[in-house]
Amino acid sequence: MPCGGCLIRLYPVPAMTVLKQRHLLGIQALTRPEIESLLDLGDSYVPLSREVRKKTDILKGRTQINLFFESSTRTQSSFELAGKRLGADVMNMAVANSATKKGETVIDTAMTLNAMRPDIIVVRHQDSGAVALLADRVTCSVINAGDGAHEHPTQALLDALTIRRRLGRIEGLTVAICGDILHSRVARSNVLLLSKLGAHVRLIGPKTLMPAGVERWGASVFHTMTEGLRSADIVMMLRLQIERMAGDFVPSIREYFHFYGLDHAKLKQAKPGALVMHPGPMNRGVEIDSAIADDVELSLIQEQVEMGVAVRMGVLDAVARHLPNDPAGAQ
Amino acid sequence: MTASQPTAARPFAIRNVRLLDPESGYDAHGALLAEDGKITAMGPTIFGRDLFGEQIPAGAEVIDGGGHILCPGFIDMRVFTGEPGSEHRETLESASRAAAAGGVTTFVMMPDTDPIIDDAALVDFILRRALATASVRVLPAAALTRGLKGEAMTEFGLLQEAGAVMVTDATRAVGNALVMRRCLSYASNFDVLVAPHIDVPELAQGAANEGEFAGRMGLPGIPGIAEVIGLERDLRLLAGTGARYHAGQVSTAESLEVIRRARAQGLTISCAVSAHHLALNELDIADYKTFAKVHPPLRAEWERQALVEGVRDGTIDAIVSSHDPQATEAKRLPFAQAAFGAIGLETLLPASLGLYHNAGVALRDVLAKLTCGPANILRLPQGRLAPGAPADLVLFDPDAPVRIDPQTFHSHTKNSPFKGRLMNGRVLRTIVGGRQVYAAG
Repeated sequence: MPCGGCLIRLYPVPAMTVLKQRHLLGIQALTRPEIESLLDLGDSYVPLSREVRKKTDILKGRTQINLFFESSTRTQSSFELAGKRLGADVMNMAVANSATKKGETVIDTAMTLNAMRPDIIVVRHQDSGAVALLADRVTCSVINAGDGAHEHPTQALLDALTIRRRLGRIEGLTVAICGDILHSRVARSNVLLLSKLGAHVRLIGPKTLMPAGVERWGASVFHTMTEGLRSADIVMMLRLQIERMAGDFVPSIREYFHFYGLDHAKLKQAKPGALVMHPGPMNRGVEIDSAIADDVELSLIQEQVEMGVAVRMGVLDAVARHLPNDPAGAQ
Repeated sequence: MTASQPTAARPFAIRNVRLLDPESGYDAHGALLAEDGKITAMGPTIFGRDLFGEQIPAGAEVIDGGGHILCPGFIDMRVFTGEPGSEHRETLESASRAAAAGGVTTFVMMPDTDPIIDDAALVDFILRRALATASVRVLPAAALTRGLKGEAMTEFGLLQEAGAVMVTDATRAVGNALVMRRCLSYASNFDVLVAPHIDVPELAQGAANEGEFAGRMGLPGIPGIAEVIGLERDLRLLAGTGARYHAGQVSTAESLEVIRRARAQGLTISCAVSAHHLALNELDIADYKTFAKVHPPLRAEWERQALVEGVRDGTIDAIVSSHDPQATEAKRLPFAQAAFGAIGLETLLPASLGLYHNAGVALRDVLAKLTCGPANILRLPQGRLAPGAPADLVLFDPDAPVRIDPQTFHSHTKNSPFKGRLMNGRVLRTIVGGRQVYAAG
């Protein structure tokens, strides 16, 4: 484990291989040792961001492009900060309103950017599988920052790191994930990751927001909060898109909040001292009561954001170890 | 290959073949004679003598079949081309070359071209164009509703007179039950074959088979009930109209149950399944392979097995290629955005023979779905080995191992879900109306 105190070199040389692949496309392909190494590596970057001088030179000279086909504030800025703190040159590209509207495809955009010789491309796209499609066509490393309803691996990693730092372990914990499971890449990546690390995962939501075959994901499925939250260690709330609440999937915001919004009354079902998480951005009063979101004793939400930067630094570092001419000399 | 190119003008005999006629069950080592584009004699070879040996006219060409199977040329009831309107996908000429290479001697062309084939003049255009450019028989299907809009019926009688063999809206369902009811009722006046696309469009919004696998991949699902409910509705409407109904492509076990029930009630209904749905299942879209994105979607393995049983027990009348050429740019997209459709003419035989090689379905039963099955639905004289029938023939080796390489295909586009697969079954010669249109190189 690297030393948190020394700022110039954060890990021993030569750097160990953490990921088997040069891309991080999802949790599904990762083994438990890979996940644990990524969490360790992310953990090692937590102290750096708390220093006055928050920079290291591990990615010095590297170019990182954040390619966001779907707009995002927090994930994009988290990746941007992570890259900058590691010394990379970071460029943000919001494609949501430009090239694809002109008929350019994901692959064309990828190949154009690839020709500019970046080292790492961080991609978010509104379609499942789009990031893997793009990764097939480029020579650099690709990190999935969310593809459709498929995966959001760095979110699952940051959630795991947050839990591990607070409770010391993940194995054996009961984690309840509540809300719009159907459209959620966060839920899919978290189910995969938490299950691989030995947690008991529960999924809670109305049937219209559950994917077909969810009962075979290896998680327990519940349709009421009272049952699903019973003696849970962690309650993870998901964002519900406002446009999905006008009668398509649930009849109204007030009905949804009444039955699936997290308030103190429902949280009482969980284990005393249970912690609350949310990937953000929150819809206060829709899926979560402000009183809970702002309760520092209960809520891990701010810590999740902090761990997001650390985990993404770890991920960038890990994929960079596969790049040619790695300054640390690793493959 | 040999220089021998039989033509319609010149009689020819094929000797040393296993004659297999799925309709009659005739299966013997023998020889066949064709004159003027028709089969004139056939019979077993005993002690090295063809029973009609004396009848081979002087000047007839004699082909040695190498002991391989000679059966009626395949009839494919569901082929999409791009002509007219999107010739970059496929022309009648390229589709017919692909068909010939696949052993298909007759295919039905879907009407969703640009312009849509919803007028007798366009049916006539397709027939003339096919005559001028295509090497196999092309039978146009006409639209069921004007512009495929599902609102107003087309001129069934005139379309049929012009040469349309069925009416169908290709890949679009008629959502309005009243329109469908009147279509079925009116079609029965002319005994027109009605082959609607079966779906409840509202339920069929999605990209992959609804289930655990699509759920995990984060893809919107198309449930099997979209098809089952659509079929149930149509068959309820069909009762009492007396129309001839053809379910152009079914994909679920329950659809077969619905069809069995309807037949027990005395309804005239036939159905087809695509070779893709017999050979592949939903897991073949793993890693978001858009070449395996078809409509209806590839279903779960247990559904595929039920379809195989449907072929075995005779519930299914025909196997189709559902050949649907799509340009690369329509497929090199994220899965949900990519076009539906896969080419299938040149893999129809090996994909269908999977049932014989791997599922123990009798060879005769598999071949019947490619020959007399569709011929009987379409009321065609071909599709059988019998004196007087058109000399539409395919010579093939059912066991020959092949590695599927779409780059060698005759189709303009290469969107085959079987790319790289090892299969068995190779077409050696294809003959249409006594003329050789394909010989394996």
